[in-house]
Amino acid sequence: MNFELTEERQMLQDSLRRYLGDTVTPEMLANATESEAGHSETLWSGLAEMGVIGALFSEEDGGFGGAGFDLAVVFEEIGRAGAFEPLIASGVLAGGLLAAEGSEAQKARVEEVIGGAILGFAHSEPGARYDLDHVETTATRDGDGWRLTGRKTVVEHAGAADAFVVSARTGGDTADAEGISLFLVPADAESLAIRDYPLNGGGRAGEVTLDGVTVSQDALIGAEGAAFPAIEEAAARATCAICAEALGLMESIRGLTVDYLKQRKQFGQPIGKFQALQHRMADVLIEIEQARSAVINLAGHLETDRVKRERHVSATKNLIGRVARLVVEEAIQLHGGIGMTEEYALGHLAKRLTMVDHRFGDTDYHLERFIRLSAA
Amino acid sequence: MDLTYTDEQKAFREEVRAFLNEKLPARLSDKVATGKRLTKADYEEWHAILNARGWLGVTWPKEFGGTGWDAVQRHIFEEETTRAHAPRIVPFGLNMLGPVLMKYGSKEQQDHYLPRILNGEDWWCQGYSEPGAGSDLAAVKTTAVREGDHYIVNGQKTWTTLGQHADMIFCLVRTSKEGKPQEGISFLLIDMNTPGVEVRPIVLIDGEAEVNEVWLQDVKVPVENLVGEENKGWTYAKYLLTHERTNIAGVGFANTALENLRRIARLEKSGGRPLIENPFFAAKLAQVEIDLMAMATTNLRTIAAAAAGQAPGAESSMLKIKGTVIRQEINALTRQAVGPYALPFVSEALDEGSNVEPVGPDYALPATQAYFNNRKLSIYGGSNEVQRQIISKAILEL
Ligand SMILES: Cc1cc2nc3c(=O)[nH]c(=O)nc-3n(C[C@H](O)[C@H](O)[C@H](O)COP(=O)(O)OP(=O)(O)OC[C@H]3O[C@@H](n4cnc5c(N)ncnc54)[C@H](O)[C@@H]3O)c2cc1C
Repeated sequence: MNFELTEERQMLQDSLRRYLGDTVTPEMLANATESEAGHSETLWSGLAEMGVIGALFSEEDGGFGGAGFDLAVVFEEIGRAGAFEPLIASGVLAGGLLAAEGSEAQKARVEEVIGGAILGFAHSEPGARYDLDHVETTATRDGDGWRLTGRKTVVEHAGAADAFVVSARTGGDTADAEGISLFLVPADAESLAIRDYPLNGGGRAGEVTLDGVTVSQDALIGAEGAAFPAIEEAAARATCAICAEALGLMESIRGLTVDYLKQRKQFGQPIGKFQALQHRMADVLIEIEQARSAVINLAGHLETDRVKRERHVSATKNLIGRVARLVVEEAIQLHGGIGMTEEYALGHLAKRLTMVDHRFGDTDYHLERFIRLSAA
Repeated sequence: MDLTYTDEQKAFREEVRAFLNEKLPARLSDKVATGKRLTKADYEEWHAILNARGWLGVTWPKEFGGTGWDAVQRHIFEEETTRAHAPRIVPFGLNMLGPVLMKYGSKEQQDHYLPRILNGEDWWCQGYSEPGAGSDLAAVKTTAVREGDHYIVNGQKTWTTLGQHADMIFCLVRTSKEGKPQEGISFLLIDMNTPGVEVRPIVLIDGEAEVNEVWLQDVKVPVENLVGEENKGWTYAKYLLTHERTNIAGVGFANTALENLRRIARLEKSGGRPLIENPFFAAKLAQVEIDLMAMATTNLRTIAAAAAGQAPGAESSMLKIKGTVIRQEINALTRQAVGPYALPFVSEALDEGSNVEPVGPDYALPATQAYFNNRKLSIYGGSNEVQRQIISKAILEL
């Protein structure tokens, strides 16, 4: 039993915390959402230079990490800072899928991703809600290559991506796990359109329409029709990342709230002296520790067999969703009016934390899934 | 024990319904139902329609041009207007200042201001809170110093809802530093067009600017704008708060929010089936509905007591807490119901006539905004913590 970070991870955490603490400002985040890129290019290149993107990949894939605890370390710090760089979209999902399934030529793109090139993962569709196997987009044979038609929704960082990993059906029905294939499609491909927009809690996403996009045979990633297990595993890693991000957000929110309870005076004393509020904050602390343990559980089981891994995915995401709501609502409440403002630091963090439940499956989705996986 | 309405009350409900059918513009009810932005002109239009019928002064006695309705009638009116998706009545002049002037204002003030509230000539806002005076309202620092026939006012008010639309603000100001803080407060009416008044918007986490800071620098206010006596403002302020808390339970709002949630849960699909059939979601929906059913009866119990002439007391604190918690739960479930479409923030789509399409269903962004915006319900009007203090003192005598 050892819950200490390895020396390398401790160094990564320290330097990342220092870097983000020095670099990220509320203005930077606000401008990033407004900017065309939808994230901060300064921050992104800084992270690439520090090797943070590389930490998401194994040595074999050209990185120097890639394990669950690497993800946990990186994303807790990202969350603490309230940043929304394309680390999950490009590093964990699209880059991760290329690393796991790609041909030698495609794997060469991983090196670019580690260097800061941005890929998007165009997977979710309008009717899918959170179901990973819901794919209506089709890929049909077209001469030597493929023709892709369909609509992808809320594709994060779509506007900034050079290329997308696109899921499409080459067989089976809409909700079948079998018959899903992955393709690497350049963002400037003909007949590919992006409607880009800002997101609640920062960053941008896009609706990606493929209206008969043609790609060559070598755009196919991995075996035809057999991509689902890889997608599920990538989503498991992304869930680990976003849960760690949520934990970082919770820690920052807790810090802000405790400071505020000490500073804010009403009735001639700091409001933190009111026992009613002390107990509420104590509960928040307890629940955040639960969240931390849940993240550790998931990070430690990312590399195990599928059912075990997925049970942890759903357990952790469910718990994080519940704790996130508690932390957001209590933090706003204990702040009073100031906690509801866009300008005060809590506003952004609270929105970002709330939106965690709308990515990769919400509390109920994972509760139901946990029950199903436990029965299996 | 009889849970039914009398025949007169039923007839009254029909009358309200018929009126809404005929007079509530579809343009306005559509905007309310779909969570679009309401403009100042929208509120004014609705106020004018109600006023033409004599139904704007819902809580006012007949002698001042009000409806003279009892608590049950007001409740029925509230239920029907919310069900019909009418814009809410902006409360500052009608539910807050009006009753204070009727009880404590001079004859001149009543004659001057009350008709102007009904006619929509003045839009009032509430200048109670300050950066340092929230829950501890008696800590207000804004000063009013008498100089001849004027007060000179200096200070800052904050969280002023819809102050950007207002012509007039009623303020708690400090006129004395002697004795207890409550004993040096006066209630002053200030014309927002006076030099030295500056309104700055505050954007909330839903992205909207519904509240403001109001800065007051050497603002000259005629002494006749003092309500009642100098240094007695705390009494009037508390009287106003009891009126602010009428209809505090928000049963009508909860009902429409629940209806909206059901509609969305029927349209959203989870695992290929309507979300409303998902047992996990259905259980939560049922839970909040069960709470609401009981709370609606608690509300009716206090309304019946009020109609029988009992003064509202600490029960309003109970209703405030339960009512806001239930509405916030419905808002949370609605946000959850829209799934990944809680993410896109395409704010332009909320403007009437906008040619910007929402991303995903048009109910998604309003659902997220309502969730964030209604965090206010447990903060303002006396926070839920402050209400618990009241209950533990006034009812439990702890
Ligand atoms: C959207 C919105 C609109 C508003 N509109 C108006 C308006 O139009 N006009 C106006 O005058 N004001 C308005 N307000 C202000 C509102 O009345 C105050 O926000 C409220 O009184 C709380 O004050 P505060 O925000 O300063 O929080 P604080 O009083 O600082 O409270 C912070 C926290 O401490 C808790 N707390 C405080 N005292 C105690 C205690 N004794 N025991 C236990 N807990 C305690 C509170 O419950 C809260 O959780 C509005 C507020 C909001 C959010």
